[in-house]
Amino acid sequence: MKIHKYDTVIVGAGGAGMRAAIEATKRSRTAVLTKLYPTRSHTGAAQGGMAAALANVEEDNWEWHTFDTIKGGDYLVDQDAAEILAKEAIDAVLDLEKMGLPFNRTPDGLIDQRRFGGHSRNHGEAPVRRSCYAADRTGHMILQTLYQNCVKEGVEFFNEFYVLDLLLNEVDGVKRTAGVVAYELATGDIHVFQAKSVVFASGGNGKFFKVTSNAHTLTGDGQAAAFRRGLPLEDMEFFQFHPTGIWRMGILLTEGARGEGGILRNKDGERFMEKYAPVMKDLASRDVVSRAIYTEIREGRGCGPEGDHVYLDLTHLPPEQLDAKLPDITEFARTYLGIEPYTDPIPIQPTAHYAMGGIPTNVNAEVLADNTTVVPGLYAAGEVACVSVHGANRLGTNSLLDINVFGRRAGIAAAEYAATNDYVELPEDPAGFVERQVESLRSSEGTERVTEIRKALQETMDKNVMVFRTEQTLKEAVEEIGALRKRYKNVSVQDKGKRFNTDLLEAIELGNLLELAEVTAVSALARKESRGGHYREDYPNRDDVNFMRHTMAYREVADDGTESIRLDYKPVVQTRYQPMERKY
Amino acid sequence: MATPVMDKAEAGAPANNSPYITITLRIRRFNPEVSDEAYWEDFTVEVDPKERVLDVLHKIKWELDGTLTFRRSCAHGICGSDAMRINGRNRLACKTLIKDVNPEKPITVEAIKGLTLQKDLVVDMEPFFQAYRDVMPFLVTKGNEPTRERLQSPEDRERFDDTTKCILCAACTSSCPVFWNDGQYFGPAAIVNAHRFIFDSRDEAGEQRLEILNDREGVWRCRTTFNCTEACPRGIEITKAIQEVKRALITRRY
Ligand SMILES: Cc1cc2nc3c(=O)[nH]c(=O)nc-3n(C[C@H](O)[C@H](O)[C@H](O)COP(=O)(O)OP(=O)(O)OC[C@H]3O[C@@H](n4cnc5c(N)ncnc54)[C@H](O)[C@@H]3O)c2cc1C
Ligand code: FES
Repeated sequence: MKIHKYDTVIVGAGGAGMRAAIEATKRSRTAVLTKLYPTRSHTGAAQGGMAAALANVEEDNWEWHTFDTIKGGDYLVDQDAAEILAKEAIDAVLDLEKMGLPFNRTPDGLIDQRRFGGHSRNHGEAPVRRSCYAADRTGHMILQTLYQNCVKEGVEFFNEFYVLDLLLNEVDGVKRTAGVVAYELATGDIHVFQAKSVVFASGGNGKFFKVTSNAHTLTGDGQAAAFRRGLPLEDMEFFQFHPTGIWRMGILLTEGARGEGGILRNKDGERFMEKYAPVMKDLASRDVVSRAIYTEIREGRGCGPEGDHVYLDLTHLPPEQLDAKLPDITEFARTYLGIEPYTDPIPIQPTAHYAMGGIPTNVNAEVLADNTTVVPGLYAAGEVACVSVHGANRLGTNSLLDINVFGRRAGIAAAEYAATNDYVELPEDPAGFVERQVESLRSSEGTERVTEIRKALQETMDKNVMVFRTEQTLKEAVEEIGALRKRYKNVSVQDKGKRFNTDLLEAIELGNLLELAEVTAVSALARKESRGGHYREDYPNRDDVNFMRHTMAYREVADDGTESIRLDYKPVVQTRYQPMERKY
Repeated sequence: MATPVMDKAEAGAPANNSPYITITLRIRRFNPEVSDEAYWEDFTVEVDPKERVLDVLHKIKWELDGTLTFRRSCAHGICGSDAMRINGRNRLACKTLIKDVNPEKPITVEAIKGLTLQKDLVVDMEPFFQAYRDVMPFLVTKGNEPTRERLQSPEDRERFDDTTKCILCAACTSSCPVFWNDGQYFGPAAIVNAHRFIFDSRDEAGEQRLEILNDREGVWRCRTTFNCTEACPRGIEITKAIQEVKRALITRRY
């Protein structure tokens, strides 16, 4: 076991982690621990754009953006946070431009902007051009630009270090941050990083679904580590299903495709979104469009021999426009489907995309131990966190924004905390949990295989916890996940070595996914209403009287060692917008 | 606006009862914990020819041999994790479909060359990233920051568009015979990333970067073999970019 000491440790080098690192490195001795090389992070897969009311191409302002964010989130958004997001968006985009990000430009040389789902002028009047973009590679450009600036600032990275545990220690009756424990892929060594402040920026957990736009590595390690240490997870039942994933593969085709004029059609060629969202049509918010697609499919208007998908039609757009604005996604269609998007519509289906829930924080990115108490020295930002700016449904382009605004805030706050506070003593046997976890997997003679349990988990999640949910499907999911967790105790790996043992790490990642899937299903079962991304067929309406509140899930361990999930609730912060019915 | 015929796409879409075929993946294995020698191992698997090589590697790892080791993340050609030599050519495993690599014969898969092999398909990426960091891969500007964005015309933006696409997968650098023979050479990926800034109208450190590349191990070592351009999974015209940097070094205009 090796021990390192840093003022600030950042876990994750995606957009949120690197944005935090750029700030923290200027202010404190900072280490970034990341299980992937920074440029491999999934921020690089983001396509469509980053929202900011720059008003470069038409009238716009941050107040309209705030409203759209709150409405898009079906009023579960904390309104103070949404206001910060929309206000700071403008500087966030300008900062990236100054760091070198090659945005697409208007003829006048300004940052160009385009339409995106749910973003409107004057509180829903008509779509507005708010998304700042670089072709359909906005995330790639953000990730590269941030990495470039990390190189410039001399940020210290520990690449291919998997953080597997969070260290907290109670001092003066308060649980404080002491550091993290990481597993080094190359050697199998275990490292303890003692730190005054820790920022979790470890991304999402979409890999518990089968059809997903998420990378293999998005396994919610940060959420799971915090949860196991007794911290709550907020709003985990809210998961976004993006309407346009490549059929069966889940690879994303950006909403920017519809922003550029693409149209969804059923087997009769009908532009069905006109029925579901007369004003915003194909650009209604994602939950609305995903449900519309499944309704078409269920009512027999799906395409293909099995009627299990619909089409994204770009054939009426000029090839030059596709080449200039959507080069990557048109190439995906050619590579993976053998389809020419100039002439043929692309088969699509909703794909599991984004976790609205996560580790609860306040607007300063400080992690909460309950509804109000801050964990001193602990921060979270990006998809791992729940501020909550996305509420029940995130608007497209608001996450690239979130990672920049709250990544920056987290980096500054963590470094400032480190400057004014001392190290907290490490708890006894700091690496013990990880050592035992790794050793027991390595030496296990169990008969269960990771691949089978993961497959069963993804199948039950796709079947029971997707776009349409009911009491029955959710109960089934809870039961099956419980059974899978029992089987997981008997799992073994084939690779017993120390070097680059990805077999072992996949087993650990599966453990995290199982834990988070259970929280998701249990939280969803208790929410007897429909709101944003969480749709209950048995409770099809939003219920503001009983459920205008955030779910807070805690892990409880009884004296005999049995685990359970306790649900509590947290009020939503409302400032100026009264909940209204959501129409597009 | 005409409504297209909706079932036209079916021809190209994956068939529903896809005809599985049996293929052999011949993988170059290496595990220094067990032996200093690398060796070839054959795996016979049933696959849909429309699957990716990455899918087949997963199938082997998950169902046959958990010790098989490779890097991967996004699975659709964006993150740059899984460059490897497939049938002797550098490609991303996640962007290569089985049907496109002659599945009638054994398909060979081995690690990229020129970087130290660590285990199976995993190599040490550190020298590659070091070369990248050495070319000052970041925007350098002088004077006061503007309050709004810096202006850039669409034409100026277009000038360096091609080289912004790089995902640092190392497919190009590790396909370059000069790099194989001389690990000190910056390699095409680093030059591509220098190009991305040299030709950015906002940047003011072009001279410095050109001086770095004027080095003994810089652009002049390029022998224009076009291996890099062929290997690039993002379709970047790498040789052209290197030529542009060479020309800029001579004319000092860029
Ligand atoms: C295909 C796709 C397209 C998208 N398009 C858009 C868009 O157009 N606009 C928009 O606003 N949003 C978009 N999103 C959403 C947005 O891209 C993501 O939510 C956001 O990029 C997440 O950033 P992050 O920094 O939180 O996490 P990530 O970029 O996923 O980074 C996570 C980091 O954590 C590290 N990590 C994870 N676990 C560990 C561990 N145990 N130990 C150490 N390190 C760890 C990883 O190495 C990685 O560096 C898209 C998402 C997808 C999947
Ligand atoms: S896995 Fe990301 S590029 Fe292949």
